[in-house]
Amino acid sequence: MYKILKKRELNSQVTLMELEAPLIAKKAKAGQFVIFRIDEYGERIPLTVADYDREKGSVTIIFQKVGRSTMMLGNLNEGDCILDLVGPLGIPTEIPEGAKKVAVIGGGVGCAIAYPQAKALYNAGIEVDVIAGFRNKDIVILEEEMRAVSTNYYITTDDGSYGTKGFVTNKLQELIDAGNKYDCVIAIGPVPMMKFVCAVTKPYNIKTIVSLNPIMIDGTGMCGGCRVRVGGQIKYACVDGPDFDGHEVDFDELMKRNSAYRDQEAYDREHICRLTGGVRNA
Amino acid sequence: MPNMQLNKTPAAEQEPKIRARNFKEVTSCYTDEEAKNESERCLNCKNKPCVSGCPVGVRIPEFIAKVREGCISEAYDIIKSTNGLPAVCGRVCPQESQCESKCVRGIKGEPVGIGRLERYCADYMADKAKNAEKPEPNGHKVAIIGSGPSGLSCASDLARLGYEVTVFEAFHTAGGVLMYGIPEFRLPKATVLREVDGLKELGVDIRTDMVIGKILSVDELFEQGYEAVFIGTGAGLPNFMNIPGESLVGVFSANEYLTRTNLMKAYLDEYDTPISKNSKVAVVGGGNVAMDAARSALRLGADKVYIVYRRSEEEMPARREEVHHAKEEGIDFRYLTNPTEILGDENGRVRAIKCLSMELTEPDQSGRRGVKPIEGSEHEIEVDAVIMAIGTSPNPLIRSTTPGLETNRRGCFVVDENMLTSREGVYAGGDAVTGAATVILAMGAGKTAAKAIDEYIKNK
Repeated sequence: MYKILKKRELNSQVTLMELEAPLIAKKAKAGQFVIFRIDEYGERIPLTVADYDREKGSVTIIFQKVGRSTMMLGNLNEGDCILDLVGPLGIPTEIPEGAKKVAVIGGGVGCAIAYPQAKALYNAGIEVDVIAGFRNKDIVILEEEMRAVSTNYYITTDDGSYGTKGFVTNKLQELIDAGNKYDCVIAIGPVPMMKFVCAVTKPYNIKTIVSLNPIMIDGTGMCGGCRVRVGGQIKYACVDGPDFDGHEVDFDELMKRNSAYRDQEAYDREHICRLTGGVRNA
Repeated sequence: MPNMQLNKTPAAEQEPKIRARNFKEVTSCYTDEEAKNESERCLNCKNKPCVSGCPVGVRIPEFIAKVREGCISEAYDIIKSTNGLPAVCGRVCPQESQCESKCVRGIKGEPVGIGRLERYCADYMADKAKNAEKPEPNGHKVAIIGSGPSGLSCASDLARLGYEVTVFEAFHTAGGVLMYGIPEFRLPKATVLREVDGLKELGVDIRTDMVIGKILSVDELFEQGYEAVFIGTGAGLPNFMNIPGESLVGVFSANEYLTRTNLMKAYLDEYDTPISKNSKVAVVGGGNVAMDAARSALRLGADKVYIVYRRSEEEMPARREEVHHAKEEGIDFRYLTNPTEILGDENGRVRAIKCLSMELTEPDQSGRRGVKPIEGSEHEIEVDAVIMAIGTSPNPLIRSTTPGLETNRRGCFVVDENMLTSREGVYAGGDAVTGAATVILAMGAGKTAAKAIDEYIKNK
């Protein structure tokens, strides 16, 4: 059992939880993920580690309540426990050696995963420009935290209700046009966002790392559900990733594969909201 | 005077039409009368050929004699003295190529139903077996990585010798392939859990959610005071064919399909696990895993399920009984058929599998017959899901995080006859060494390793 030490609502849909998991906290590195299971009947859901505290023995996850399992997790409170937490899984992010200036781009809840990256880079003395993009002002998360670990922090909203109006790609293009030379770009967010960031960086040949979160079960290479095409080859996001060279990833195929259970998920969401509000056996 | 009936005493089975739509066990346990009748077919041969066919050397004629006398508890103890998991082996061992293949009764008629009798003893004793007594601790710690058949049997033998054994399991439930791979209708999960509980009673500590190689390395296990490590991590990595279309939605590895179904219980309403609902399914492969996947698809509601296998029925590695059951349930076997491409619709979902018909070639030097495609035989089978059951490879998580562990070109650990790897104190066995094989061979390897580990620690 893994105890919820802290819970904080970052916005109406996104929740931060700090979980007691000393062994995982001891080994976790930026870019790695954990898999949680709420109870005996629950799915196994992968989430990237947003932060960890080795001394306290805790890992932090940040999740958007989009499906049955994340909604149920969101219903739990400090002091409650979840049944399973496995990790740290995947390969930690590898920043190109000698990088001096890096742009870290987070889209929506992707900022949760971009944050530990920015933090690790900033603490290593690298110049970090963070571009955080959201649909609107109401769902902005981690602004203060990000500011604290970035050289420059830019925020964009699709509707212009906060920061610059537009997409993260507009801001990135603007910064490149203004003469910023990035040794590397890290992009984490919805698949279309990552795809378009890669389209921006490709002509300049800027190394672009994306973090993928496809459908998976075990997280150890066993189910093959998370296979993605990278540079024409099949890779398993759980053991070969979750980070990949964005210029090599087949994003269109990934989007199709991620939709495999969409109908069932939509049904589940309906079902759980109306009947139990996400409480098992209520 | 032995019972000279030529055929095995039949065991009751669910009607094929009914069982093809439920996950309940297909074959029932022998009744007391049936078991007694079958036990009387054993000739109790002096040279015991059956025993030589058993990878763990179960004293078969001895236990069968006890069944004949009605002393089931004693029969069970005899089995249990060399086989830690009789309820499992009675159900899933390929008896036709092991013990039963050596049975003298098989020369004329069918061999003695050794598997069925073994299962009978285990099931008979399921609620009667006395709690195992915790042996006197000997003060030594051993770590076992993986709780599948090899790990469990190694743990069992070491715990009985007084070792403090910790088993690390990556999944949330112990049992390995017995839990995630083999379906409920062939091996009820309650049976596996009972065996695992038996180990816990012996004092074995089973720690789930522990991916060794990530959360702890083998070297860290030694630092924590474990004096030896046994690696029984199986062959968990699914192989694909590398043909076009394998990334379409609706293409699964058998591992994924079976794990969702068996471990994650997608077939039960109260579980959240999603599984794709398909009407026409092609399963590629001819082993037990292929049979399990095909029959699971049927039970999950498919109207039509094909087994697509590139050789002929003769060469199929699956247990005969599973093939027989699959046919009875209406699985459509397409032998000598090799997929070349999976075709998708505009949404990236499977719509058909394109295949070539094959023909067998003359046996090569090893006596094995190959296959070659028949020109112009290309054809499509309309399906909405394809499950790849063409084998698995060992997982690289341990070998890539443990310096000094030698593996072969297929990624299998290299071991000596005592299951010792290239690192002192590190032993390995089961599919992680052999590549995908059987439950009983893995158990045999676990036993061998337990014996070697005991010697090693005693002589340190």
